[in-house]
Amino acid sequence: MSNLALIATLLVMMALAYHLGLTRSRAVAAEHDVRMHSRPGYYGVLVALWCGLPALAIFLLWSFLAPQLIDMLVTQQLPADLVAGLSDRELQTLLRRVTALANEQGVSGGGSPEELAAAGHMARLQTIENFSLVALMAVLVVVGLIFARRRISPNWRARNQVERVIMFALAASSAVAIFTTIGIVLSMLGEALRFFSFISPAEFFFGTVWNPRFSTAGASSQGDFGLLPLLWGTMMVSTIALLVAIPVGLMTAIYMAEYAPPWLRNVAKPVIEILAGIPTIVYGFFALIVVGPFLSSVGDLIGINIRTTSALTAGLVMGIMIIPFVSSLSDDIITQVPKSLRDGALGLGATKSETIRQVVLPAALPGIVGAFLLAASRAIGETMIVVLAAGNNPVLHANPFEAVSTITVTIVNQLTGDMDFASPQSLVAFALGLTLFVITLGLNVIALVVVRKYRQQYE
Amino acid sequence: MSISIEQRRQHRLMTIEKSLAKRHRKENAFRRMGLMAVVTGMTLVAILFVSILMRGVPAFWQATFYMDVYFDPEVVQLEPKPERESGESQFAFNERYSQWLTRAGLVNWQTLIDNALEEALGEEVEPRQLRDLRALVTSGERYALRDRFVEDPALLGQTVELKMLASANVDVWIKGNIDRDLPDARQQLSAQTRTWADQLEEQGVISNAFSTSLFLNTDSRSSQASAGLAGAFMGSLFMMVVVIGLSVPLGVSSAIYLEEFAPKNRLTDLIEININNLAAVPSIVFGLLGASIFIGYLRLPLSAPLVGGLVLTLMTLPTIIIATRASLRSIPPSIRQAALGIGASRVQTVFHHVLPLALPGILTGSILGVAQALGETAPLLLIGMNAFVANVPGTPLEQSTALPVQIYLWQGNELRNFFEARTSAAIIVLLGLMLSLNALAIWLRKKFETRW
Repeated sequence: MSNLALIATLLVMMALAYHLGLTRSRAVAAEHDVRMHSRPGYYGVLVALWCGLPALAIFLLWSFLAPQLIDMLVTQQLPADLVAGLSDRELQTLLRRVTALANEQGVSGGGSPEELAAAGHMARLQTIENFSLVALMAVLVVVGLIFARRRISPNWRARNQVERVIMFALAASSAVAIFTTIGIVLSMLGEALRFFSFISPAEFFFGTVWNPRFSTAGASSQGDFGLLPLLWGTMMVSTIALLVAIPVGLMTAIYMAEYAPPWLRNVAKPVIEILAGIPTIVYGFFALIVVGPFLSSVGDLIGINIRTTSALTAGLVMGIMIIPFVSSLSDDIITQVPKSLRDGALGLGATKSETIRQVVLPAALPGIVGAFLLAASRAIGETMIVVLAAGNNPVLHANPFEAVSTITVTIVNQLTGDMDFASPQSLVAFALGLTLFVITLGLNVIALVVVRKYRQQYE
Repeated sequence: MSISIEQRRQHRLMTIEKSLAKRHRKENAFRRMGLMAVVTGMTLVAILFVSILMRGVPAFWQATFYMDVYFDPEVVQLEPKPERESGESQFAFNERYSQWLTRAGLVNWQTLIDNALEEALGEEVEPRQLRDLRALVTSGERYALRDRFVEDPALLGQTVELKMLASANVDVWIKGNIDRDLPDARQQLSAQTRTWADQLEEQGVISNAFSTSLFLNTDSRSSQASAGLAGAFMGSLFMMVVVIGLSVPLGVSSAIYLEEFAPKNRLTDLIEININNLAAVPSIVFGLLGASIFIGYLRLPLSAPLVGGLVLTLMTLPTIIIATRASLRSIPPSIRQAALGIGASRVQTVFHHVLPLALPGILTGSILGVAQALGETAPLLLIGMNAFVANVPGTPLEQSTALPVQIYLWQGNELRNFFEARTSAAIIVLLGLMLSLNALAIWLRKKFETRW
């Protein structure tokens, strides 16, 4: 029986159990002529849960453990002389071939007699495993169903139990976020540590040359893994982006919050929100096709050599991308400044712009700084625009008209193509990712603390 | 010696008036700066949209041949399509049928196209010019011809008017996307092919027809004119199914727990900070997570939409949680108090009263999160979804690309002057999908917005 059919059957059984529980609880109520503790639906749900959950748990555990158990048993059965000289990896390949043969798929070169024998063995084991799983689940379903149905009585607190299960499920799903973070930190830390076993951290963090070479070049030419050119490129592009986004975004926010008539606000706000949703690959393409050539020809006009793909191109377009981000965050913060502050300044005879510059903005400053920090962290982590438009030239130089490379670009470069997790050339991506994670995390934490402080001030 | 009070007053008024004029000028300048910022932002965006539309819209139409193709029995030397005889086992028939298919594949279908072209040109083409002739029609068409014949063997000996895509270079030439005055050495087509293309266009054999191949075909390397988005679209669809199926239930229940039930303690504080931070983690970091855990550790297949969906789920989760919490928070406590007051349990209060009221907000947030996931590219590159895939994936475990990744792949194609337009067209498709999702979300919010 395929897994899908198994789950479908289980669901049908649960629906049936729900119905049985429902009718049973009504019958009990009529029989004893009393009020039940909970409404009938809760008894139905509880019976369904008793029927389905144990079987489901066994199913999950089984599909996780059984293949490993079978692999182990098959490996033991393999002729000793065949297994003797094999490394771990070759054994894995062999097992994969046997599995394919057992599932009646072809393998390259056909199977050797030993492989075919093992495949036969495996197929037998799989049949047994499948059959026993179905039998076990069936027993659990029936036992759970009968047990729960017989327990239905006016005093059984069905609602409380159902609610406890719901609460548990809710809490478990909020743990996913924690596990994601743990997963990010552990996976990157683990791989980064493996990288640092090849290259010393000092060499990585303070190296000024980035030239990883290819992993095929042999162990003697290890390559240079200096972070600084990439970090420098990242900073250069992000700074240009912020120089574009902060003035435009902040002035937009001020205009929207203080001057714009309601109709303009109603139109412009959704438009800005939509802009924030444009995929970055689109901005990247725009940079490559329109902005780059435009800047380059402007450079020709005024006699500066601007490359089509350069820090300036990428930074400019990234700035356009963050404008909506800066403006909507600042807008929220400016509108939160209490009206009394504005009224006070206006009452003393200040003009509107004076009020904004000397009262509203200073009051909103912490929040706005927080918004800028969030924007900066977004710029640093941005990938596709720089992949397409920054030119990928990991060299330390101060010329924004030249091509640069950034941390994110390099992660993409090192991890696309062959996926050999054993070479420093691939592993360095995780060290870079960890660096990126720490930088953005730091910016975010500072920004969140600042913004929260600011909010508390006016609450 | 003394200035009268009156004079002093006059003087002060003058100073004030002078400074007032200056201050008003400043006020106006500031206001204009604000307006300019808004206009600048909007203009930049307008430029973005206009330049992509201008490049992309023409690519929805492609140079297409309308030619009479004669299924010449001398070229198509093939016995009739096998029929299953009575008493023949299914297996034996399948064997016979696949042998017939193999022989059908060996027929020189290109000759049929060559003949049709010669017919249209009205001249015999010498063997040494065959190369030039074959540069006209894209190479995928001969397989299309084969498939058409296999479908309907009665075509043998008949002449049918067929629609065939011109090759990418002919499309570029006809549309004028390459400088026609370039010297031969820098042209992508030979002089002979260019003359023929112009002649056929004049005769009306080549015309600009709506390109269905863009939507119905998969990516193609050998026959670039017929490269389409179907495979990428299915890949994206599978990923979105995974994202919607996982991130919405997980995100909403997680938000409900944190907002309505969680005790205020260290742990829940930690989860909160954690979610806020996850929302700002660069997307590429999620790609690294996917590469190391899903692919490196769990050994899930490379390039599979399932893995892409899982990575995007983790990425979207914080967005959905934050939106749902905001939506739950906006429901006034009086609703909860009323429900609790007439004896509902806390779970009943939330699920029967608070959640239905918060639903529009939750829906809006979820749609925005899913739209964001639809356009995400960087993490997918790290889990191998940038591989070339020539099939439409049938399950979420098969190799596939996604729409934004297809855009990335096409923009890097060497055949620049063809794929620039093709990429823009793909962007228009992607933006169309995303903007309609966004518009839907905004419309939902406007429609169900309640002010308490």
